[in-house]
Amino acid sequence: MADRILLAHGSGGKLAHDLVQEMFVDVLGNPILAKLDDAAIFTASGRLAFTTDSYVVTPIFFPGGDIGKLAVCGTVNDLAMSGARPLYLSLSFIIEEGFPQKDLEEIVNSVKEATDEAGAMIVTGDTKVVDQGSADRLYINTAGVGAVAPGLNISGSNAQPGDKVLLSGPIGDHGIAVMSKREGFSFSTKLESDCAPLNDMVADMLAASSNIHCLRDPTRGGLATTLNELAKQSEIKIIIEEEQLPVHDEVLAACEMLGFDPLYVANEGKLVAVVAAPDAERVLNTMRKTRYGKEAVILGEVVEGDSGRVVMKTHLGATRIVDMLVGDLLPRIC
Amino acid sequence: MKFLSEFRDGRLAKGVVSQIHRRSETPARFMEFCGGHTVTIFRYGIRQILPATIEMLSGPGCPVCVTANADLDKAIALAQTPGVIVTTFGDMLKVPGSDLSLQEVKAEGADVRMVYSTMDAVHIAEENPSKRVVFLGIGFETTAPTVAASILHAEEKHLKNYYVLSVHKLCPPVIKALLDSGEVNLDGLICPGHVSAVIGSRAWDFIARDYAIPCVVSGFEPLDVLQCVDMLVTQVEEGNSKVEIAYRRGVRPEGNPEALRLMDEVFEACPAQWRGMGTIPDSGLKLRSTYQHFDAEYAFDIDPGPTREPQGCICGDILRGVKTPLDCRLFDNGCTPEDPVGPCMVSSEGSCATYYLYGRNSGR
Repeated sequence: MADRILLAHGSGGKLAHDLVQEMFVDVLGNPILAKLDDAAIFTASGRLAFTTDSYVVTPIFFPGGDIGKLAVCGTVNDLAMSGARPLYLSLSFIIEEGFPQKDLEEIVNSVKEATDEAGAMIVTGDTKVVDQGSADRLYINTAGVGAVAPGLNISGSNAQPGDKVLLSGPIGDHGIAVMSKREGFSFSTKLESDCAPLNDMVADMLAASSNIHCLRDPTRGGLATTLNELAKQSEIKIIIEEEQLPVHDEVLAACEMLGFDPLYVANEGKLVAVVAAPDAERVLNTMRKTRYGKEAVILGEVVEGDSGRVVMKTHLGATRIVDMLVGDLLPRIC
Repeated sequence: MKFLSEFRDGRLAKGVVSQIHRRSETPARFMEFCGGHTVTIFRYGIRQILPATIEMLSGPGCPVCVTANADLDKAIALAQTPGVIVTTFGDMLKVPGSDLSLQEVKAEGADVRMVYSTMDAVHIAEENPSKRVVFLGIGFETTAPTVAASILHAEEKHLKNYYVLSVHKLCPPVIKALLDSGEVNLDGLICPGHVSAVIGSRAWDFIARDYAIPCVVSGFEPLDVLQCVDMLVTQVEEGNSKVEIAYRRGVRPEGNPEALRLMDEVFEACPAQWRGMGTIPDSGLKLRSTYQHFDAEYAFDIDPGPTREPQGCICGDILRGVKTPLDCRLFDNGCTPEDPVGPCMVSSEGSCATYYLYGRNSGR
């Protein structure tokens, strides 16, 4: 194989065939994918969840992960936040001509590792190669199907006054880790992206309580945006406590330097759960026993009135509105 | 880096707050010059926890906000010039000029690139020898030294395609102009932290001396600001007016000599146009004649056409501290961060954006 991806790799001919076989089927191997028919055929019954997302991160490799891991975890987590057990995923690449093959190999290996951890399978895929300059290196789209238990009803519109708001761990790690490696930024930090599949934690939580009302992963837009979405969808008010908010010191320091608020910085391995108050402690303890929920906290609560609003009690005992992220996070000038 | 959490410590902060409540008897109006301080004040709800005797006013310290439309129009005209790459800090992309924003001309095909540091702009020039690369130099004394360094670097590398459109602004002259106008009466000034790290706290001596206004340089954590307010209150109650530093970890009386030397090597003071405040003598920086070949004003024949101000926008009054965002008819009513009319709603440190984000409907 040449050491760079050529246009011919996406043309459907011999090179494309070899790429699919050696790069994808051999690595991601499972009986459904290996058939290489036009569509994957599998059996599933009952209620299904279906989701899709595209991934365009810069840089492609970042501390704690790469675009491949992100593409799997993102879709797995979207399924998990609906209470679904992830089953089958699709994996599509749009690759800029000239992309190094060894980088692609590394990305596919990350896909494999993350899919295995999530207990899911890549069952179908596609590769397109575009002219240099027509894409920024490599984009991935994944879609996923998952099974939802009978009677389970997890939705952003289910939060009720009195519920507790739980957060699975410190916020902002992914956004700051990625930014630290972005061209022109390069400040050094030991911070790693929190990118991780959360379906095992969700499965344990659902086993521990039948009163989990909402689940959501605060990705782009950060925790603030997710809480606002929940408050608006459920037409309730959420009050959170700054004292309870877990943020790593490295994230605080980077945010201070750049003029960011960690509440708006992206995460890729955190979840917010809205849980009926009597079950909150039990769900919290369950989360803390899982690999990605060790630093989980009860962050606040749902109250009546001021529908759609999120407020935070600050360290100083004052309260302030926590609004959605508007536009992009941009570093301060002064 | 453990030092940050201490400056957000709730218990310590509450101690300072009760001290302020005990000490403050005389009604006093303090202005925080810097948009970064406005953000801290709103983000932590500091106005709510101060005694009723203290009124806080937001000042003009937001580099994006004070950039005049005429200057922005020049950058936009440059971006529309064939063969030119305009580079700028992110916030500037969204500010509406007379007709368009840089973001809009970029969508129309102009080559406008957001950079995180001035040196990125130099690298773009190095990598694109067939293009002319202009850096839109906005900002106060904090960014000017880095722009000076980029020009010296370009000179050393004999770069012939790197230019700076210098619309830098200097802080002490605008505060002087604000005080001379008599429009705002202040009993204390929260002096900018990062700017003072460069120019030194001595740069504010004239305010304490000539205008008898207490000055305290503050950092950007809530405890910094509270300590600063406490020091201002103490000066007010004791009838003092002097310059103090509540940001010792960042600011020295003499500033940063190396940064000042760089700035002085490349730039000289010139009159500058401020949004809402007109032209203020010696409040801007232009390239010295030695470095004229890097000056976009000199190298290009820029004709942006007539300048128009946005209808109904009171950003100018807000920057002078005579009105607040809540006084604006357009606030949250046609002007929002998603669809801004004026620059104060664009910049993350603009008063309007800060009020919108943290203070909307809060009544204060």
